[in-house]
Amino acid sequence: MNRFSYVRATDVAQAAREAGAPAAKIIAGGTNLVDLMKYDVERPGRLVDITRLPGLRAIEDAADGGLRIGALVTNTEVAYDRRVEARYPLLSSTILAGATPQLRNSATTGGNLLQRTRCYYFYDVGTPCNKREPGTGCPAIPGVNRIHAVLGASEHCIATHPSDMCVAMAALEAVVRVSGPGGERAIPFAEFHRLPGDAPERDTNLGRGEVVTAVELPARGFPAHYTYLKLRDRHSYAFALVSVAVGMEMDGGRIGEARFALGGVAHKPWRDPEAEAMLRGQAASRDLFERAAERTLRGAKGYGHNTFKIELARRAIVRALEQAAAGTPQSQVDKRIR
Amino acid sequence: MSPIPNAETHVGSPRSRVDGRAKVTGAARYSGEFTAPDLAHGYVVNSTVAKGRITRLDTAAALAAPGVLEVFTHENRPRTAWFSYNYQDEVGPPGSPFRPLYDDKVVYSGQPIALVVAETFEAARGAASLVRVSYEAEAHETDLKNRMDEAYEPPKKRTGISPPPKPRGDARGAYADAPVKVSGDYWAAYEHHNPMEPHATTVVWEGGGKLLVHDKNQGVLNAQSYIASVFGLGKGDVRVVTPFVGGGFGSGLRPQYQLFLAVMAALELRRSVRVVLTRDQMFTHVYRPNTFQTVRLGANPDGALRSIQQHAIAGTSQFEDHQEVVVNWAGTLYHCDNVELTYKLAKLDTYTPGDMRAPGAPLGLFATESAMDELACATGVDPVEIRLRNYTEKDENENKNFTSKELRACYQVGAERFGWSKRNPEPRSMREGRELIGWGMASGAWEAQMMKTSARATLTADGKLEVACATADIGTGTYTILTQIGADAFGLRMEDVTTKLGDTTLPYSPVQGGSWTAASAGTAVQLACEAVREKLFKHARKASGSPLADVKLDAVSFADGRIEVTADPSRFVRIADAMRAGGVDRLEAEETAKPSMIDQLRYTGYTHSAIFVEVRVDEELGAVRVTRVVDAVAAGKILNPKTARSQVVGGIVWGIGMALEEETMPDHNLGRFMNHNYAEYHVPVNADVQGIEVVFVDEHDTKVSPIGVKGLGEIGIVGTAAAIANAIHHATGKRVRDMPITIDKVLG
Repeated sequence: MNRFSYVRATDVAQAAREAGAPAAKIIAGGTNLVDLMKYDVERPGRLVDITRLPGLRAIEDAADGGLRIGALVTNTEVAYDRRVEARYPLLSSTILAGATPQLRNSATTGGNLLQRTRCYYFYDVGTPCNKREPGTGCPAIPGVNRIHAVLGASEHCIATHPSDMCVAMAALEAVVRVSGPGGERAIPFAEFHRLPGDAPERDTNLGRGEVVTAVELPARGFPAHYTYLKLRDRHSYAFALVSVAVGMEMDGGRIGEARFALGGVAHKPWRDPEAEAMLRGQAASRDLFERAAERTLRGAKGYGHNTFKIELARRAIVRALEQAAAGTPQSQVDKRIR
Repeated sequence: MSPIPNAETHVGSPRSRVDGRAKVTGAARYSGEFTAPDLAHGYVVNSTVAKGRITRLDTAAALAAPGVLEVFTHENRPRTAWFSYNYQDEVGPPGSPFRPLYDDKVVYSGQPIALVVAETFEAARGAASLVRVSYEAEAHETDLKNRMDEAYEPPKKRTGISPPPKPRGDARGAYADAPVKVSGDYWAAYEHHNPMEPHATTVVWEGGGKLLVHDKNQGVLNAQSYIASVFGLGKGDVRVVTPFVGGGFGSGLRPQYQLFLAVMAALELRRSVRVVLTRDQMFTHVYRPNTFQTVRLGANPDGALRSIQQHAIAGTSQFEDHQEVVVNWAGTLYHCDNVELTYKLAKLDTYTPGDMRAPGAPLGLFATESAMDELACATGVDPVEIRLRNYTEKDENENKNFTSKELRACYQVGAERFGWSKRNPEPRSMREGRELIGWGMASGAWEAQMMKTSARATLTADGKLEVACATADIGTGTYTILTQIGADAFGLRMEDVTTKLGDTTLPYSPVQGGSWTAASAGTAVQLACEAVREKLFKHARKASGSPLADVKLDAVSFADGRIEVTADPSRFVRIADAMRAGGVDRLEAEETAKPSMIDQLRYTGYTHSAIFVEVRVDEELGAVRVTRVVDAVAAGKILNPKTARSQVVGGIVWGIGMALEEETMPDHNLGRFMNHNYAEYHVPVNADVQGIEVVFVDEHDTKVSPIGVKGLGEIGIVGTAAAIANAIHHATGKRVRDMPITIDKVLG
């Protein structure tokens, strides 16, 4: 860990100004950044502490029937908020599927969006990594890639985004509110995170000096038909090998609006509009779900250790769609998969 | 002959850990927590290549950083012992031990190549990131698969490790002729120990050339002699004190590199130095070796074994031949006339592997007991029944009788408690909802042995007892059981007994390992207490008007601070009065326990277990849950059922990890382990562990140790992985021979 200076921002404008400096980094819950600093992966010259910023700690009802979650609201607060539990149980479920109570108590909503990949090489400064040091290469492609991407990867990077919460946010079509040098703007969730392409060092489309201030959930929350199915190498406290968040509306046996997003398989939560469109207006059936899964994974590519994820994702999509359609969401307490 | 033991009030009864409160309140001091005025902090820099030469080591920026005192490298390290034999330790294998900062050669990825010492930990850590290193890398090999053709039988055997027995009969011929055959190749991944407490050393510079060393290890005397030998110091100048160890599991048997580095820096800087390894650095030394095995069993249609062949190849470093007992277990557990067991090593560009909980046994038994399960399926004989049909009352490897063997009772009791009789033998026959249910079992065995160990007992006139021994308590409960033994010897309360451990000034003990401590240190404490009792009794008889004057030692009891006639407790002498009569205020004795040479020649000693497991498998998604475990254990006398159960449960939990989760993943292109932290190296968490029942089967055995103890440290893990693999086969019909059995291997 390098030596750094520290400033506590008192308003969003100051935070944005401070964060705009080249070596500055914003810190909130610190559950990821501090680790990365200990590993010398992140070496900020200045930390801008936003934890005392006013107005970012509330969960508020929005005029359109949605919910506005301030960037500093902790993961625990979101997961156990009565409105979230009632109207967006998918979001609650994904948060409780991740990390540990201790981490969720500290981690913030904005920070969760900005957490970085768990790629072994990214974390180990003794190895090359295009995401950490552009141009040095990607040893994960010919190397150890059990937890790596099978969708949307590039020859430069096959890292995945590790968040559970973001997978639900993607399915819920949340909107990220940011404030920066150019004023305020709203970024649709699908456009917030990036695919690696030839610039894997950039995880998101957040501009320099931009601060996440809130995440807005639209009114549609899929409280009756949803699930978060997370498959991992142990039954708790492990990142997803493959996860599926589903939000669905059912009209009798027929599917209305349907969305599903995958975690653990790509550089961002993965949605496939064509696959979702296949479901709408159709009767729920295993055959339909299998076809939608097939469609989602049509461009999937494995790199050796992670090749099993393609088949695993296919099956997980089918199971998750079944759970959601049946209104029997996956419990995050009982580890038996429904 | 030793006198009749006192009545057992504490021994054999569940007692909470005497050190439990200190541990949960933080009062127990661990090696990285001791401090000293003027303490400096060291941070290790590790190599990033697996093999080659350091061509340039630029420490200028690090040295210029605020608070930095020195950066030690191979270029400026102080003079240490020249010869590699000076680096040998009590349990090291044949070869030339790793010498930190010795020269410019890199022999494994993660090798310590510099130590930055600064006024604070943060300053040292920050400066460590400024050290610039250039290498001339050479081609390396870390993939066991690529070196198996060059595998060799280790020419020099490791002390204390039985090599495979000579072949008996004609295993290959008998296999060829056998009506039923099973064969398979088995893989076990690299595992790292991952004790909660990282390796750490605090060296307190006491002046006058004296060092007080707090080092995370499993044997203070081993650490002391290593330091003395490497740095040319007198043992009198090096005291090692390690009262508490936060888990060892074998990782603290041999001195690890932070000990060398901390002592080197303290000697050179002439001040106190602490070096604590990070979690990631815990993956830069000892580990359980990657091991490949082939098993072939030939049998009659009734399941009687006609041939056993088991061959293992394990990785080791380029510089030492680490050896463990992998293949011998089949030949010990079962009767068979035609047996061929071999164990070979293959050299890799890695650090030397080392002992990890029950070294060798869970690897060997994973293969043996999976193959036995396969044989049960092939013959249609129940898995318990087939083991009974091949039961042996003699260790055929050694052609000796067992000191005791209640494995038959383990099978019976374990099966009963588990409800094994309700098992449908057909794979895939049990299902609930989406989950397939599988029931599997396996046998377990581990050596029961006693090592030469000394202990001291000191009784004072106020009726307080202190027992002392240099052995470690790595979390096993040694403090507690020695306190129980001491308390019972004099009829005291546990609170009246103080146990001192982990200090080189205390009586001799080998490292704590191999499940031998309870038998060895326990016997030594018992002997020392008996010697004190004799002295005390002599004084008691001399007291004026003593009611014990005409009584023999075997007719008295020690209770409530008194020596009383067992048949008539109204006749007694108080401890204080006895001491007064002898003109002393304390009585002390040091005794040494040694294994019986005659019994060692005549018998072999093992603990045994039969473990039964239920798994539930969501086959479509590859998810496995271990929902129930029953482990029946025969381990001689159980001194403390509470701490004993903890030992076995801990082993079982590790077995779950071994079977399903634990794997250090090497990148063979880089020659480097990649998942070096707790997030990506998976050990079981609460959600992975459900009901575990441990049953201790009665077993009487005074041949392993006079106090009847066989030891419990390893027996919990040995059969667990095999039982889980067998349960997964029963659930799914799929035989996975490659540990850990992760989702991808189960996906139907």
